Amino acid sequence: MSVPATNLRSADEALELPRIGVLEHAHATGHGDAGPAPKSIVVGYGFWVFLLSDIVMFSAFFASYAVLGTSLAGGPGPAQLFDLTNVAIETGCLLLSSFFCGLAGIAVARRSQSLTQAALLVTGLLGAAFLILELREFGELIAHGAGPSRSAFLSAFFALVGCHGAHVTAGLLWLGTMMAQFYAKGFRPDISRRYLCFSLFWHALDIIWVAIFSLVYLIGTHT
Amino acid sequence: MSRQAIASERGSGHDVAPGYTREGEDAHVVADVRGYVIGLALAILLTIASFWAARTHEIYEPGIQAALVTLAIAQMGIHLVFFLHITTAPDNNVLALAFGVLIVGFVVFGSLWIMTHLNHMTVSMDQMMQMQR
Repeated sequence: MSVPATNLRSADEALELPRIGVLEHAHATGHGDAGPAPKSIVVGYGFWVFLLSDIVMFSAFFASYAVLGTSLAGGPGPAQLFDLTNVAIETGCLLLSSFFCGLAGIAVARRSQSLTQAALLVTGLLGAAFLILELREFGELIAHGAGPSRSAFLSAFFALVGCHGAHVTAGLLWLGTMMAQFYAKGFRPDISRRYLCFSLFWHALDIIWVAIFSLVYLIGTHT
Repeated sequence: MSRQAIASERGSGHDVAPGYTREGEDAHVVADVRGYVIGLALAILLTIASFWAARTHEIYEPGIQAALVTLAIAQMGIHLVFFLHITTAPDNNVLALAFGVLIVGFVVFGSLWIMTHLNHMTVSMDQMMQMQR
C-alpha cells in the first residue's frame, strides 16, 4: 500500500478518538489500561503531591537560611559551630534508615511479618540515632550560647534543621504505628497503602537532609 | 500503531504510584533488593564525594560550592530514581515533580534575588549612625 505514514496515524487516531470519552476504554495518559486507576495509585499519587508541597514549604526555610546565613550579629559562624564528623554520622544513619525502609517495603510485598518487623525496627533505630545526634548537637550549641536567639543566622539554622528534625520525629511515631498495625491487622490492602505513604515520606526526608548537609553544613563551613 | 501498542513497546502501559513495589505473585525480590543496594551504593559514593570536596584543597577554591551543589542534586536524583521509583512511565509523577521544582526555584532564587537587591539599596545601620553624627 502506498498510503503515507502520516495518513495512517491520523486514521488510527480518528478511530480511537471517540473511545477516549468512554472511561472503560480510555488509553489517554493517566488513565492506564482500563478504567479508573486502582486505589494504591491514587493514594500514592496524592501523597506524592503532598510531599512536593511539603518540599515547597521547606524551600521557604532554605530561602530564609540562604538570606540570613551571613547575618551573624557578631556571634559565632558556621565554621566555628558545626562538627562535620557528627554531620557525617547523622547522614549515614538517615541514609541507611532510608535503605532499610525500602527493604521493609519489599518484605511487605512478600507478606513476611518477621522480615517486615525486623526491617522496620532497624529503620526506626537508625532514625532515632539520627534524632539523638541532632538533639545533642542542638543542646551543645545552646549550651555554648549559640541558641536560636543569638543571631539571624542561628534563628534560620534552628528553624530549618529543627523543622526537618520535627518531621523525623513525626515519622518515627508513624513508623511505630505502622509496626503495630502490621502486627495487629496483618497485610491488609489499606495498611499496605499506608506503608507506601510512610516509605515515600521517609525517603523524602532523606532527600531534604541531602540539601541540608550540602548547603548548610558543607558549604556553610567551607566559606 | 495504536496507543496501547506504543505503551506496551515502551514496557509499561500501567500507571505506577511513586514508591510502588510489585506485590504477591508479581514480586521480584532479588531485582527489587538489587535496586535498593545500587541506590544505597551510589548515595554513599556521592556523600563521600561531597564531604571530601568540602575539605580538600585539590579543587579550585571558587568551584567547590558549585561542585557541592552538583553532587547534592545528583544524590537527590539517585534517591528519586532508586528509592522513590520516580520514572517516566505514562503517569503524572514526573510532571508533579517538575512543578514542585519550579516552585522551589521561584521561592529560593526569588528570595535571594530580592533580598540581595534590598541589602544593596538599603543604608546599613552603621552608615546611618555615621550620617547622624
